[in-house]
Formats: sequence, structure tokens, C-alpha cells
Amino acid sequence: MVSPMSGVGAWRGSTLAVVLCLPAVLPLLVIASALISPETEVWAHLAQYVLPDVTINTVKLVIGVALIAGTLGTSLAWLTSMCEFPGRRWLEWALLLPLAIPAYVLAFVAIGFLDYAGPLQTALRSLTGSSAWVPPIRSTGGVIAVLSLAFYPYAYLMARNAFLTQGKRALEVAQTFGYSRSAAVWRVALPMARPWIAGGIALICMETLADFGAVSIFNYNTFTTAIYRAWFGMFSVHAALELSAVLLVFILIALFVDRRSRAGVRYTSARDVSYQTREPLGARTRWLASIYAGSIFMLAFLLPLLQLVWWAIMRASRDLDARYWMFTAHSLVLATSAALIIVAASLVLAYLLRRQPSLFNSTIVRLATLGYAVPGTVLAVGTILPLILLNNALQGLLNDLLGTSAPTLLLQSTLLGVLLAYMARFLAVGFHPVESGLQRVTRSLDEAAIGLGVGGARLVGSVHVPLLRSSLITAAIMVFVDVMKEMPITLITRPFGWDTLAVRVFNMTSNGEWERAALPAVLIVAVGLVPAAMLSRGNSNVA
Amino acid sequence: MKGTHLSIHAFPGRLSTVLIAAFVSLLAACAPAPSELVVYSARNEELVKGIFDRYTQETGQKIQLITDDAAPLIQRLAAEGKNSPADLLITVDAGVLWHAAQLGVLRPIESATLDANIPEHLRDPQNRWFGLTVRARTIVYSTDRVKPEDLDSYESLTDPKWRGKLCLRTSKSVYNQSLVAMLIAQHGEETTEKIVRGWVANLAAPVFANDTSLMQAIVAGQCDVGIVNTYYFGRLQRDDPKIPLRLFWADQRGSGTHVNISGAGVTTNAPRAEQAQKFLEWLSQPGAQSMFAGMDLEFPASPAAQPAEQVAAWGEFKPSPLNVARAGELQPAAVRLMDRAGYL
Repeated sequence: MVSPMSGVGAWRGSTLAVVLCLPAVLPLLVIASALISPETEVWAHLAQYVLPDVTINTVKLVIGVALIAGTLGTSLAWLTSMCEFPGRRWLEWALLLPLAIPAYVLAFVAIGFLDYAGPLQTALRSLTGSSAWVPPIRSTGGVIAVLSLAFYPYAYLMARNAFLTQGKRALEVAQTFGYSRSAAVWRVALPMARPWIAGGIALICMETLADFGAVSIFNYNTFTTAIYRAWFGMFSVHAALELSAVLLVFILIALFVDRRSRAGVRYTSARDVSYQTREPLGARTRWLASIYAGSIFMLAFLLPLLQLVWWAIMRASRDLDARYWMFTAHSLVLATSAALIIVAASLVLAYLLRRQPSLFNSTIVRLATLGYAVPGTVLAVGTILPLILLNNALQGLLNDLLGTSAPTLLLQSTLLGVLLAYMARFLAVGFHPVESGLQRVTRSLDEAAIGLGVGGARLVGSVHVPLLRSSLITAAIMVFVDVMKEMPITLITRPFGWDTLAVRVFNMTSNGEWERAALPAVLIVAVGLVPAAMLSRGNSNVA
Repeated sequence: MKGTHLSIHAFPGRLSTVLIAAFVSLLAACAPAPSELVVYSARNEELVKGIFDRYTQETGQKIQLITDDAAPLIQRLAAEGKNSPADLLITVDAGVLWHAAQLGVLRPIESATLDANIPEHLRDPQNRWFGLTVRARTIVYSTDRVKPEDLDSYESLTDPKWRGKLCLRTSKSVYNQSLVAMLIAQHGEETTEKIVRGWVANLAAPVFANDTSLMQAIVAGQCDVGIVNTYYFGRLQRDDPKIPLRLFWADQRGSGTHVNISGAGVTTNAPRAEQAQKFLEWLSQPGAQSMFAGMDLEFPASPAAQPAEQVAAWGEFKPSPLNVARAGELQPAAVRLMDRAGYL
């Protein structure tokens, strides 16, 4: 059964890939179509005055954030999954929590607290007369630091998943073969976790490229801000789409290079990990580990949350009302349905690629995950245009059939519209963990199962899904939390009256009232805590 | 072959139930009722909801609202074409309204009421949009360190005596784009570029993301003067009446202080154009005008309406008489100019 597919099977597989990827690929085609008729005038201006700077800025930012967030995430994952130190048990799940804080919120809090007019520097000036030695937060270093703190949980989650499912055993085998402990870490454990770490860093890079909120609070100009400048400032949506398409090409190349560098490598998974124990650290190093993990948690979560809660309390009496139940319920329904749909689609696609890794299939699936790197508002417009076209076509058909009694369709503002649009943005978030997980389910296991007469859907349902459990949970949580925070797509495609917590944040911040946005932001974090706790329990069971 | 039809069988029971439930509920979320007025608003919900509710109370007309940034809303309107549910577009900034009109999503309106209530320079020359509230973008200064006699026009902030003492908001702000567009309309590109370069040379700190943090920097002593929208100053002053900042009306000896608007237009394919026009006319009347402007410490567009007490206390000033539509026409040029001048 693992033998080459017959023509009919391959054809069916490709059809399935096309159907599942369509909602995610169509918006990108809309964006790419802008390249057909280039708008040279706006381009010429941008190329001369804007693009050189923003390209350098973007490269600096992506490399900086990938390095720092990747290192933070991987090292913290190593510490919490392989070592024992004071506070490990709660830090293990607490370190996931920053996932629930949107990057632009962290940026706003950091600048509010650390800039010249903020409480820290003001206190320093009144105590010592000067705060000139404090490094400026509104700088390249500042924006890299903030985005790293916001995005490291992606690397943490993925790497932790890898280490928990095999790190310890790999280390022991390596040490049996005479490697020193540190050599075993560098030469065996980390390389074996590579698909996860690379997947996490890929998500971090894409988030960084797509970020508009945080960089604009820092006024740090990137490719994204250039895209918005062409559209909002120079009224050229066309040039904005073109720039986005160029961005897509770069990401495609990067993804391709990453795949090539891993081609031919097979990963397998040890599932009998019940005996895994954590290495107790030395008397001094254990406290160093606690201080390190604890301070990242403080900086990325606790301090910003305290600031948010403070603002929320100051404003809550004026703003908190019954509508907040509705906002929360809407957020929950959208995030839960999106997580289920996207993880299901990811599983089918990852499995399809495993069985039929044809060039066509892998290309269309890779394409479908690119939406994560496109600036939100651009993707939102790319998403809504095909929906509106479809809606108008259906409406025309209905009108022809039923005349004046035809009902009015409004596909672009229905739950179907929102959920399809989320596919375009978050397929990558679901797909990367599932694909990495599936890479470690051995083919010999497939063959054994098939030999026992368990094949096809039953093979997936009764053999793979239980093995992939922690990867599926990871994927679902990441999609859930990302949808909770998502703003531009929700804004443009939500049905009438379907305001969510993120829409509420927008309605407050669009008028510059950041403090009032604290209340819905805190609720987003609070609701995000539930799945984070679930995730940690789900993974602990595995360990 | 096996492995290609996984989607349904692999997820029996619970998941399919959830999916079916999701699909049923999305069919239930239908379009607004035919009699409800549909508004696309890029103006903050908090600042329109109260006035909408008042209108519903007075007339019984129900209103459905979708808020978003202006650019995606306008693209959506354009794409929806004759199937659009929207009747009215409300947004801040004259440049944005000009752009919407250019794309053909707003319709011209013949209305004696609107013509009488809204001054000519605050509405589209072809009557496709109308200013409803007015905000000035002017100079703010530290009362501790600056004497108002030292201030004059926007241009005067290029004087070397302000070196290291000026704070500005980013050129990404549409309000700065409109301000520079209006400077181009008055002085031409060459002089305006000199002014912008002069500002950049005088900056005390990297440009700020918003007007509020800019004013906080002045209070903290990082700089002495800046350029802000009046209502942002109003909010700080409301929270702290003793704040050591004051507004200075720029260019009173020249062509007047730059003003911008928030405004609205009836959409080209409005299913309820007549009701939309009635609502717009109601918004232009003095009672509604005072309430609308008062929600965010703005000036009413109608001269017959009174501004809030706090706003009136800032004193009378001469606004620039140029039609605000010019801000839209010249906005792309303004953005390019600021790029050339290194105004980030």
C-alpha cells in the first residue's frame, strides 16, 4: 500500500489538495495577480526613497528576532523538558502564556514604560538628575527585543514537543557511544529536533515579516510599513499588492532552501517515553536556570500583564458591561471552529504529502501556508475579493432564477466567510506542527499496521492520530490563540453584530485610547490561558 | 486508493458534529433586515454609537454598523459593487473621503439642508461627501519653557532656535500627510520641502507613533513644541486640567490654521439611499452637530452649532479657507515629499 500510487489515486489526492488549499491559495493569487500589470510610477518612487532602507531594516529585524526568539524558545524548551530546577513545574506551562499577548500590546506597554516620558526614566531623572544613559527603547534593539519576547513561544512550543518525545533517549544513546554530554546535545539531540526548531523559527520569521502593529508603534520602517504607505498614503492598493507579492516570492525561496537542506533526512520517533526523567542540575546552575526562565516569564508576560490589568481596573468601571459576554463568546466560537477546521485540514494535507509527495502536491501545500507572512490587512483584502466575486456571481444566478423574490446573499460577512479567511492566514500555524509530528511516525509502523489489515482512514484514526496527539494539540492551541488575537480579517469579514474581543481592542486603539484597550486585551489573555493550560497538561501526559 | 479519502472517516463523531453545527450557525447569521440602515465606519465606534442611538430613539430608524480601517472598507465597497449592503460611509480625514469619491463608491447628493448647514470648504465640490466634525492640527507648546510670542506659523518651527526642541508624529499619520498636502497647496512643493526638511533638522527625538506620546514627551521635557490634533490635547487636558501645555493657533497672520474633518457620504449603490440622506441631513443640524463634535472634543462643522465648553475655551481662530478636498488630491505628492525629505 505504500507502493507508488496508481494514476487514479494520485489524481484524487491532488484534487483533495487543491480543494483544501483553495481558500488559502486564492487570496495569494489575488495578490500575485498585481504583478501582471506593474504600477511603475509608485514603484520608482519607493525603489528610490523607501525600499533600500526598509529592506535593510527588515533583514535586520527578521534575523535578530529569529536568532533571539529561536534561542530563547529552544533553550527554555530544553531546560523545562530535560532538566529539573526550582520552579520548573509551573514555569513549564507559564512560559507558554506570552503567546496570548499580542505583539502590538507588548510594544505599547514596553514603550509606555521605558521611553523618556515613561515612569522608569522619569523616576531616574528625579532621583539622579539624568536618564541619558538608559538605552533608547524606540530603536532597532528595542523592537527586536520586544518582538523576540512576543514570538519566542512558537519556538518554545515546537522544540518542547520534540525534546519531550525523544530528547532524553537520544542523549543516552549518544553517551553510550562515547559522546560527552555537551557533544551529545549539540551533535545528536538538537539535530534530531531540527524539523521542530526550524518549523518554530519559520513561524517566527513569518510573524515578524507580517507584523504591522508593533513596528508602527516603534515607528520602525519595514517592508510591511512600505506596503501600507503605498496603499494608505499614496492610494495605490495595486502597488501594495505588488510589494506583498514580492515579499511572498522571498518567503517561498527561503522555505524552499530550508526544505532542500533537510531533503533525504528521515526522522523517527520513540514513543515509549514513559520512563523519561529530568536531569537534576548542579546546585548553582539550577538557580541560574530558575532566574533565566523566571526573568523571561516576567518580561514577556507578568510585567506587561500587570500593566494591562492596572489600566483595565482604572477603566473597567466605565467600560465593562454585558456586551463583554458577547465579545468573549464570539471570540471563543471563532477561535474554536477555526482551530478544529485548520487542524483537520492540516492533518489531511500533511498525510497526503506523506503518501503522495508529488511536486504538484507539495507546491500547492507550501503555497497555502504562505498567507501567514502577508501583512494582515493586505491578506484580508486578498481574501475578501474572491468571496465577494463568488457572492456576486451567486446573487446574479439567484436573481435570474427567482427574480425580485431572490434573497440577498452576503457571503463576505458570514461565519463561512470568516472561517475561510482564517484558513488563508493560519494554515501555516496548524500545518507546521502536524507535519513535523508526522515526519517522526515511522513508515515501518505504517507497514506493520497495514500488514495487520489496518489501512487507509483506520490507519490514521487508530494509529497516527494517537501518536500525533501532542502535535495536534500544539497546532490547535496555536491556531486558537492566534485567531483570538487576529484583527484585520475579523474586522472586514465578520457578520453584522459579530464583534469579538479583538474587534473591541481595535475600536479602542483606532482612536488612540490604548489604556481603554487594556480590558479586552486582558480578556484575550485570560481566554488564551485556558488552552495554554490544556496544552501543558496534554503534553505532560505524553511525558 | 487508500489514504486519499481520509477527511471524513478519520474524524468520525464529535468533529463532524461540530463542523455541521458550525455550518448551520453560519447560515443563520444572515444579512441585516431590509429596513435597517447599514453604515461602514472607519470612525471609532465609541464616537458614533451614541449619536446613532439618539437617531434611532428619535426616528425609529435602526442602524447596523461595521467598523474597520478606511482603506479595507473602501476596497470592500468597491468590490461589492451593486450588491453592497452599505448605505453610508463614515470616516475621518478629508483625504480618505476624497479617495473614496475618486473610486466612485460615493454618490452626489442634492440637499438644500446640507448645503445650508455645512460650509462649502468642508464638503466635496461635487457633493459626494460632507464634513461633520472639524479638528485643527496646530502647534502645542510647553507653558514652562516656551513663550507664545516666540511662535508663529508651521514654517516658523524650522527656525534654528528650535533645534533639538521639536517633537513630531510619524509621517505615516494621515493627519500629517493632510497637513503637508495643504502646505503644498499654499506654498508649492519647493517651499514645502524646505519646511519639512527644516522640521526634520530640529527634531529632539525620533518621530512618535501618536500625538499623545508626543505631548507626554513635551511634558517630560524631551522637547518644547510639537504639532497635534486639537482633540488629543483636549483629552489630556480633560484628564489633567493643570497640564503644562497649551495650544497655539498656527499661521494666524498668514492663511490660517490647518483643519481636517471627519465626514460621511451616501454610497453609490446604497439600497436605502433616501433614508441615508435623511440621516446625513439630521447629522448636519445644530443639535446633532454639537453632540457629535462634543463626543471627542472636536468643533462642529456647522457654524450654527456650539462647541463644547472646554473646546470653546481654547479661543477663536482663523481656519485655513482652502477646500479640504485638496488634501486628498495632494496626499500622494505629500507622501513622496516627506520620503524625499527623510521625514520617517
